[in-house]
Amino acid sequence: MKKMRRKVFMTAGYNTISMGTGRKEFHPKKARPGLEEYIKEAGQGTLKMIGGAQAVDEGVIGNFMAARFNHQGNLTAMIPVIDEGLRWKSCTRVEGACASGGLALLNGIKSVLAETAEVALTIGVEVQNTVKAVYGADILAGAGWYRGERKTGHAFFFPAKFSDRAGVYFEKFGRERTRRALARWYRNAIENARLCPSAQEYHNKSLDLEALALSEPNPRLFVEHLNFYDCSKVSDGAAAIAIVSESGLKRIGCSTKEAVEVLGWAQVQADLTVPVTEAFRLETTERAVQQALKMAGITSADLGTVEGHDCFTIAGIMSLEAIGLCKPGEGPDFVLAGNTSRQGSTPFNTSGGLIGWGHPTGATGVHQAVTIWEQLTGKAGDWKIDIASKRPYGLSVNMGGNDKTLVAIVYRQGQ
Amino acid sequence: MTYTERLRNVSVLGAGGKMGSGIVLLTALEMCDLSQKAENRELPFVLQAIDISHTALAGLMPYLQVQIQKVAEKNIVRLRQVYQDREDLIENSDIITQYIADVLNIVRPTTALEAAYESTMIFEAIVENMAVKTKVLSQINTNNLNSPWFFSNTSAIPIHELDEKAGLGGRILGFHFYNPPAVQKLVELISAKTTQSELLDFAGSYAKNLRKTMVPANDFAGFIGNGHFMRDFLYAKSEIERLQAEVSFAEAVYMINKVSQDFLLRPMGIFQLCDYVGLDVCQLILRVMSPYFSGENLHSPLLDELIAQGVRGGQFPDGSQKDGFFKYEKNRPSAIYDPKQKGYLSLADLQSRCDDSLGPLPTVFQPWKAVIALAAKDTFLQSYFGELQALNTLGAKLAKAYGLRSREIGLQLLSQGVAEKENDVNAVLTTGFYHAYGPINNYFSEVSK
Repeated sequence: MKKMRRKVFMTAGYNTISMGTGRKEFHPKKARPGLEEYIKEAGQGTLKMIGGAQAVDEGVIGNFMAARFNHQGNLTAMIPVIDEGLRWKSCTRVEGACASGGLALLNGIKSVLAETAEVALTIGVEVQNTVKAVYGADILAGAGWYRGERKTGHAFFFPAKFSDRAGVYFEKFGRERTRRALARWYRNAIENARLCPSAQEYHNKSLDLEALALSEPNPRLFVEHLNFYDCSKVSDGAAAIAIVSESGLKRIGCSTKEAVEVLGWAQVQADLTVPVTEAFRLETTERAVQQALKMAGITSADLGTVEGHDCFTIAGIMSLEAIGLCKPGEGPDFVLAGNTSRQGSTPFNTSGGLIGWGHPTGATGVHQAVTIWEQLTGKAGDWKIDIASKRPYGLSVNMGGNDKTLVAIVYRQGQ
Repeated sequence: MTYTERLRNVSVLGAGGKMGSGIVLLTALEMCDLSQKAENRELPFVLQAIDISHTALAGLMPYLQVQIQKVAEKNIVRLRQVYQDREDLIENSDIITQYIADVLNIVRPTTALEAAYESTMIFEAIVENMAVKTKVLSQINTNNLNSPWFFSNTSAIPIHELDEKAGLGGRILGFHFYNPPAVQKLVELISAKTTQSELLDFAGSYAKNLRKTMVPANDFAGFIGNGHFMRDFLYAKSEIERLQAEVSFAEAVYMINKVSQDFLLRPMGIFQLCDYVGLDVCQLILRVMSPYFSGENLHSPLLDELIAQGVRGGQFPDGSQKDGFFKYEKNRPSAIYDPKQKGYLSLADLQSRCDDSLGPLPTVFQPWKAVIALAAKDTFLQSYFGELQALNTLGAKLAKAYGLRSREIGLQLLSQGVAEKENDVNAVLTTGFYHAYGPINNYFSEVSK
């Protein structure tokens, strides 16, 4: 698709708390909200801002593995749990591993483009703290190729996939400088999260974040090239946003300024069964971002803020290169120079990203869109950044699996 | 006989008890690891878990199940390698389930002592009673044609006496785990003069594989750990008697417990520790030690009185704390036993009054858990005890006297030859009792100058 056949907006974003270790309220042995509660809270949060369920034509929900984490399928039928007024409406559930939220956004966008909906309520959700991390690793490994990779894979399947990438990257571009950049990435993420009350790391009080993040990896208990600080945590959470047409905006009584316009998007799919050949780069991410930027008619230099998919710090660094903000191998310097911090030239993950805000897998793509909407419309709280008028664009990059399923979206505040 | 051959057929006596179940767990894990080596895969490995109580054995199996699962979860990276040839085991959960089955498959719970007659290695963790131990060990030794080795978990009985009385010919060693064995890093190693040197070599390898810290103690009743603990307790008891001139029994218990915990930065107060170990176990240890130290009065009428009233402490099979000196709610003290009233008095009614009498803690105070994690722990301790020394409150006075007495006990263990080195005494208290510092220190000695 070269051009949008009609304008598509997003507005009325809502994030629940990202719950898990690090939050004061979290206790692994105490009862916690389940899928229903998260879906309900996020969905109602958005409905409240758009005049209720009667404004909604369609519902979309993105989720990765509720069937295993929560023994729950048929999530489509969880959408009417949000509000009785959603009963009997058209709803869809989509899954693309950690890009499930991004795929939900794209389904909403496509519904508006296809004119089957003027207002699509889009939700992402995941509740993962139902099992210990060692078993969660099994479930999340479903984002890889089970028959081809799981048996030979590591106990912590995905951390090991990105640890392997880190190992290759270290070898090609230097370990010491890259590790320092990974530590800086961690620090930026936590410092941003400390400003955002719904972030999982909001209560983080650690003093020397970079020193912590420079702890040497322990392959006996975890993986070879990454430590725990390099990884996003296990999270429960949900996010919701309304995807609307121009007439939809009128229907819900929302001005264009209170919405972001979707200027470009891309969904790019790699083959799950084909091994990664160049582990030091994120090829699928690169393809998706370049397509989305092209569709929006901008370059990476025009981006005022980015929500990147830092499921691991190394993925954050590699995504800079994939987006085109720096050349291959220069990601560490770009980060160490402060460019991705909230005061930098291209602030990344301003509410903490996956490392700091949390990574409720199926919700992440939607949470990214909500954060961009908050920043570009001035609705962010203490985590608000200044968006330069010359670079008013936002980008979200949502990745499923080991750079397999990609969604990239370019936004700008509605004019 | 190699290390592996020695561990092919093992018996644990008292397998259903608190210490025995831990020894079964650790030994079964070690045996399972050996059995999974390529050269051993066809060989049977058997651990006879022997106990006189069916009820205790019924509790053993669920305990093992839960603990093995925890071990498997923690070691999943290694276990995936171990089971890499098993194509049917794919997910972590498959591997963990298989590992639990493999370890449990080694363990044979039984009430028949005869099961030990084929073992080459016997761990003993039965009641602290010389006559009972002698009878059981001697019976096995007479009927077992393998000249088995005996590792006793006694925390107090001299090993050379067990050796002589049971006629074991030097095939015995004191290998004293701390409670709970699965968690505690410390093992006290007690070698009798007659102990054969091969047993010591084996003990070294076994402790290393179990990742335990072995501290040698000489063969004197009570060894280092209980040698300190029992005297520490008796001092605390004498302090509550002294305080009772001014305050009630319950208030005195509260105050000395608080002084020994908070003021001295220990993980739990002395009376809470007695509850944890079990009042009846403390009584047994004192009974064992008493005849060997005739110059000291190693006896507590208070313990006898409390036990006679049914106050015993110890733990439930799930690890939660039974009531003793204290009544516990969610494993925290909520009331104190009063032997005169034969019932518990609520902590809430006396706590603030007692805290006021004791006075404040030094301003730099940090709880024990924070202290042991400090990188600059020694600097902190210097400044903390420096401040404590300058305080003239009741709490500070009691604490200083308590710290001095603890030091005196440590030095006594050296002079009596129970321990060879200061470091061994301090290692037992810091590793086995989790103290933030050893009893032989200069924090309190300066006070006396």
